[in-house]
Amino acid sequence: MSTQQAEPESQEAPEDPEMKGAESPAAEEQKGGGMVDEHAEKRAELEGETVHIKVFRYDPEVEGKQEPRFDDFHVPFEKGMTVLDSVMYARDEYDSSLTFRHSCRQAVCGSDAFFVNGKQRLGCKTQISDLEQPVRIEPLPHQEVVKDLVVDMDHFYDQMHTVEPYFQDEDTPATDDLEEQRQSPENREKIKMSSRCIWCGACMSSCNIAAGDNEYLGPAAINKAYKFAMDDREDEQIKEHRLRILEQEHGVWRCQTQFSCTEVCPKDIPLTEHIQELKREAVKKNLKFW
Amino acid sequence: MYEHDVIVVGAGGAGLRAAIAAHEAGADVAMVSKLHPVRSHTGAAEGGINAALQEGDDWELHAYDTMKGSDYLGDAPAVETLAKNSPEETINLEHWGMPFSREEDGRVSQRPFGGLSYPRTTYAGAETGHHLLHTMYEQVVKRGIQVYDEWYVMNLATTDEADPNDRECHGVVAYDVQSGNIEGFKANQGVVLATGGPGQAFDHTTNAVSCTGDGHAMAYRAGAPLEDMEFIQFHPTSLPSTGVLISEGVRGEGGILYNSEGERFMFEHGYANNSGELASRDVVARAELTEVQEGRGVEDEYVHLDMRHLGEERIMDRLENILHLAEDFEGVDGLVEPMPVKPGQHYAMGGIEVDENGQTCVNGLYAAGECACVSVHGGNRLGGNALPELIVFGKRAGRHAAGEDLGEPEIRTGYGDDVEDETDADLPVQPGEAGLDTAGGVAADGGVTADAEGILERTVETARQRVDRLMDKEDGVQHAEIRAKLQKAMTDYVNVFRTEEGVKKALRLIRECRQEYQDVYVDDPSRTFNTDLQQTIETRNLIDVAETIALGALVRNEFRGAHWRQENQIRDDENWLKHTLISWDEGEPSIFYRPVILEGENKTYEPKERSY
Repeated sequence: MSTQQAEPESQEAPEDPEMKGAESPAAEEQKGGGMVDEHAEKRAELEGETVHIKVFRYDPEVEGKQEPRFDDFHVPFEKGMTVLDSVMYARDEYDSSLTFRHSCRQAVCGSDAFFVNGKQRLGCKTQISDLEQPVRIEPLPHQEVVKDLVVDMDHFYDQMHTVEPYFQDEDTPATDDLEEQRQSPENREKIKMSSRCIWCGACMSSCNIAAGDNEYLGPAAINKAYKFAMDDREDEQIKEHRLRILEQEHGVWRCQTQFSCTEVCPKDIPLTEHIQELKREAVKKNLKFW
Repeated sequence: MYEHDVIVVGAGGAGLRAAIAAHEAGADVAMVSKLHPVRSHTGAAEGGINAALQEGDDWELHAYDTMKGSDYLGDAPAVETLAKNSPEETINLEHWGMPFSREEDGRVSQRPFGGLSYPRTTYAGAETGHHLLHTMYEQVVKRGIQVYDEWYVMNLATTDEADPNDRECHGVVAYDVQSGNIEGFKANQGVVLATGGPGQAFDHTTNAVSCTGDGHAMAYRAGAPLEDMEFIQFHPTSLPSTGVLISEGVRGEGGILYNSEGERFMFEHGYANNSGELASRDVVARAELTEVQEGRGVEDEYVHLDMRHLGEERIMDRLENILHLAEDFEGVDGLVEPMPVKPGQHYAMGGIEVDENGQTCVNGLYAAGECACVSVHGGNRLGGNALPELIVFGKRAGRHAAGEDLGEPEIRTGYGDDVEDETDADLPVQPGEAGLDTAGGVAADGGVTADAEGILERTVETARQRVDRLMDKEDGVQHAEIRAKLQKAMTDYVNVFRTEEGVKKALRLIRECRQEYQDVYVDDPSRTFNTDLQQTIETRNLIDVAETIALGALVRNEFRGAHWRQENQIRDDENWLKHTLISWDEGEPSIFYRPVILEGENKTYEPKERSY
């Protein structure tokens, strides 16, 4: 693995001393004499506590950032502050080049999944006061890093698309006869948790199997397929077609039930359970066992 | 240069629906979006989709409620189009597999919402937007529609005839966020803007960080007027610390608002003697702030929303997401404690002026969804009416852009003989005249002679120069400082309660932001995923949009819908049954008005006193 990968190597980056980030050329170029002074000044102005965050930095284009490192920031703590709030503060007040995805900041857009203190979490949903300091914030492991905390999501999206993630019945309503398909509340309940996926990629990043097998569909895509396969509104033939996609060599049978996906899912989706249920369905349909 | 028949900018609800419709009409469609589609802010919508689906309800009742809710500033042809088409579109979503909440007999559930005379809000738990967004994205994947995600559209490529009604839009210029490459996207048939709301003009908002009014600002600078921008909805129930939305569904299911004295103030202090918590949003937002101002707020800031009495089973069935939000963002367990709530900026009723087919006055330029003003929401949007707007008007815009004949629109756009253009408002500054960073809308010189490729190439060149300038400048002001100042000015002075003096202060501060922006620079030297650059461009858009909001709020010297004015607390139908239009006229905003259309298909909606 190259250094562009937020693989365990980069997680093992040396425990840098306080303010090491300031020694980097990028930081020295900052207006006002570099990050050390700025931090000191900011802290002197603060009356309350500050939170110490260590943020992974990497930019393929900028000299001094091509070698991955951690930057330290001390941000004033406010009640209710989340990990996302802390990196936003660091970016807006200290270093505008600090890069990460974020949008809704209420756990529905799925863009700010980071590796925080060794676990995949949504930045916006994680209270900073729940974490041990210094808080280490890194990009999702096992994904190529584009810059700082931004990883390339293309492979994740490709896997999601592989399972044909769309309703397949072609039966659209006639305009003069408006009637919905019927679905029992129980069936809706059955697919409810699977329908909550926000495509954040935390599960995929936490999965050992996905890390070693690039073709493995992965927990998110399998869960997406579960949502359709278990929905009574699609007919049996389509369900079998879905199970065939899922029981292929790099499908459900690869899962070794380590539960890491279930553990990190910010929407509490029982991913491992869904994968097991699909294995059982495949067996029931006499599909191939790899 | 990329080339397609129809280019849809933005990939939330309206954009996805427009793309699907244009594709079904036979066009080669591409979506260009600064976010991957599933990240769009439509996903945060919670409440539901109003559609007259059940016996006993009908589209005319839906239209009536919407006109009343709009405080008679909605245009009847638009409102009736929404009400008539929403049932079909809602059922269509169901057929695409959207997991709506269900009744025992398997039919989709509907619940009561504020300002509705019938429980017609169709929903999927308290996550309706999430399901709508994902269901439509699934359909885009199914159809193989091309998506350029994480491409940030900076400019429209539009000809520059003096009269915007003569201009033509030929495409857009965007940069690839991952690589920094700037490219032209030629649209042979039309460009549909579906870029969402401008909530980031305020600092306490339910809107995503990405809601920066990009489409508004681009259309405005290309010559399409912005309509009714003063009408900003402040949602009565957002969490105080973050602005995270607590769905109106909580009140729809029976949630109760209390002040610090434990009074059910909506009734006990006479704000809405009939509907109480289910009065329309503007009424409830004002009631809450009045309670706080009169010393009956909790911690002088918020009120309590209590849903404990609904019982765990019902809460888990219909409002589970709300429990998670209250817990994660406020540390409150909604099953055992009331939730703290206060009004937060939520929705822009106004937007880019369009007709029922989604078309602006600029040929080939369309808008749909929150960035557009058709206008269905008038002075105040009813809860549950945003999602049907996305699907109904997103679809119409997509079809029309793809060349389908949808009939002659009744709503007119642009400057014409039906407008009134005197304004006697005393403007504190000439806010637009600062030239700032030639990000203007129209790039072609002598549009009549230039061909589409030429116009696009010139627009690309202008965009590249602009980015180079921002990147090369080594010192100056950073966007975050300007954005924070702008957001504070809007929240301090153009909020739920407005005064002439306050709005003028806001305009002066916005002018200062404009001037400071002249000196803006991008500190991050990298072309790779440069969010510093993107946010700098967004901030310019926010300045333009904030200015139109404040200008509209200043000139509309009456009280209507969400627009409350201290000096004149009565609705002035004699003078103000008209839309405020602001157009970008050679670098300065110019203001004109167009009468509201109150004549519907079968009847005229007579303005009545709005009581709940």
